[in-house]
Amino acid sequence: MKELKIARLKEGTVIDHIKSENTFRVARILGLENSSSMVTIGANLDSTKMGRKGLIKIENKFLNEKEANKIALVAPEANLCIIRNSQVEKKIRLEVPDELRGLARCINTNCVTNHEKAETRFIVESKEPLKLRCHYCERIFGKGDLEIL
Amino acid sequence: MQFRGRDIISMRDFSKAEIEYLLDFSLNFKESDHALKGKVLSTLFFEPSTRTRLSFESAMASLGGSCIGFSDPSVSSIKKGESLSDTIKTVEGYCNAIIIRHPLEGSARLAADIASIPVINAGDGSNQHPTQTLTDLYTIRKSKGKLSGLRIGFLGDLKYGRTVHSLSLALSSFSNKLFFISSSALSMPDSYLESLDRSSPTEHTDRLDEIIGELDILYVTRIQQERFTDPLEYKKLKNTYHINLDMLKRAKPEMKIMHPLPRVDEIDTSVDATENSLYFQQASNGVTVRKALLALIIGGAK
Ligand SMILES: [Zn+2]
Repeated sequence: MKELKIARLKEGTVIDHIKSENTFRVARILGLENSSSMVTIGANLDSTKMGRKGLIKIENKFLNEKEANKIALVAPEANLCIIRNSQVEKKIRLEVPDELRGLARCINTNCVTNHEKAETRFIVESKEPLKLRCHYCERIFGKGDLEIL
Repeated sequence: MQFRGRDIISMRDFSKAEIEYLLDFSLNFKESDHALKGKVLSTLFFEPSTRTRLSFESAMASLGGSCIGFSDPSVSSIKKGESLSDTIKTVEGYCNAIIIRHPLEGSARLAADIASIPVINAGDGSNQHPTQTLTDLYTIRKSKGKLSGLRIGFLGDLKYGRTVHSLSLALSSFSNKLFFISSSALSMPDSYLESLDRSSPTEHTDRLDEIIGELDILYVTRIQQERFTDPLEYKKLKNTYHINLDMLKRAKPEMKIMHPLPRVDEIDTSVDATENSLYFQQASNGVTVRKALLALIIGGAK
């Protein structure tokens, strides 16, 4: 069988070593289904390090801090590289920030942020395991409750 | 400590030292009938709560200030679809501080983030009601002379009871033993138990009669019938946790009963005249604490 060759990026972002099950969640968060850039999504790829992994390459897109923070929430294990001139220009370490603003929805339906125009805010009480407290309704949530905007 | 201009939104915002300062200040507060002369307080009650509103209005009036506001959202512009943000931005131009009661959790915090004047939370959904908690702490401290080393029981609806969640959290940081007395259907949620300070051991039981003799304080809350799908279950619970003179025979003579009121029939009226009842004193303490808070926040008292 002929192996699929993935073109090397000239300019753009590579997200590598995503846990396989998180691959499409990352793609969704970045809104890649509506992207006009050249996008490569690889799922269940062989990896000596992880067994199976996901990989996403996006041409001519450089993730901003907000997008990197979103990925940190759902796939903190991933490696993020910015490519310029076919070279790795920067490796970004994914880290959950101390506070999330406008990144996720509060799952408490009776929370004011679901009824008024207000940017959501969560205080990160613990990073491992992920525990967030809504700045408004003060409820505590885990990773499974996260609804990324 | 400086409280002028500060919001009172959640007990989480106060350190132990600040809570002690607020209680000391309330205990020693000598009211002056003109401390807040010319000051205006807005009371925005997006859901009715007669006692809370009256106690704020009474506190403000006795300090020489005045109140404006609404007690029923159906007659205000809210019914016409005005956003909370717009209401707050408009009202803050009319007054020196805002009291807000709202059915949505987090509404008071949002109001405080928007307003440039102090905002006091008088209940945001099932979340917080800090002036009630400060009143409860004040009442315990005044009655027992201390806030630590006490054996305090919570009875009734521990699952949905906002006052219980908030008060137990505050008391846990002062090293007390806490007893949670309820049926399994209405027991304390794990998320609240996890946030209690470890310096206070806890015990859980569904038998009030077995532990009432150990308690210094019994904090009773109302069990709401609408929480139950089975009316028989409700009836059974109501009877198990009914406090009457018979039940009091098992208690220490100096054990005090508290209740945020209004009660339905958790506490028999025959208990009112006993040395054990503290709930009407607790209600009147609410005015004292609110007076002290208003003087600190609006008047800049120290
Ligand atoms: Zn919330």
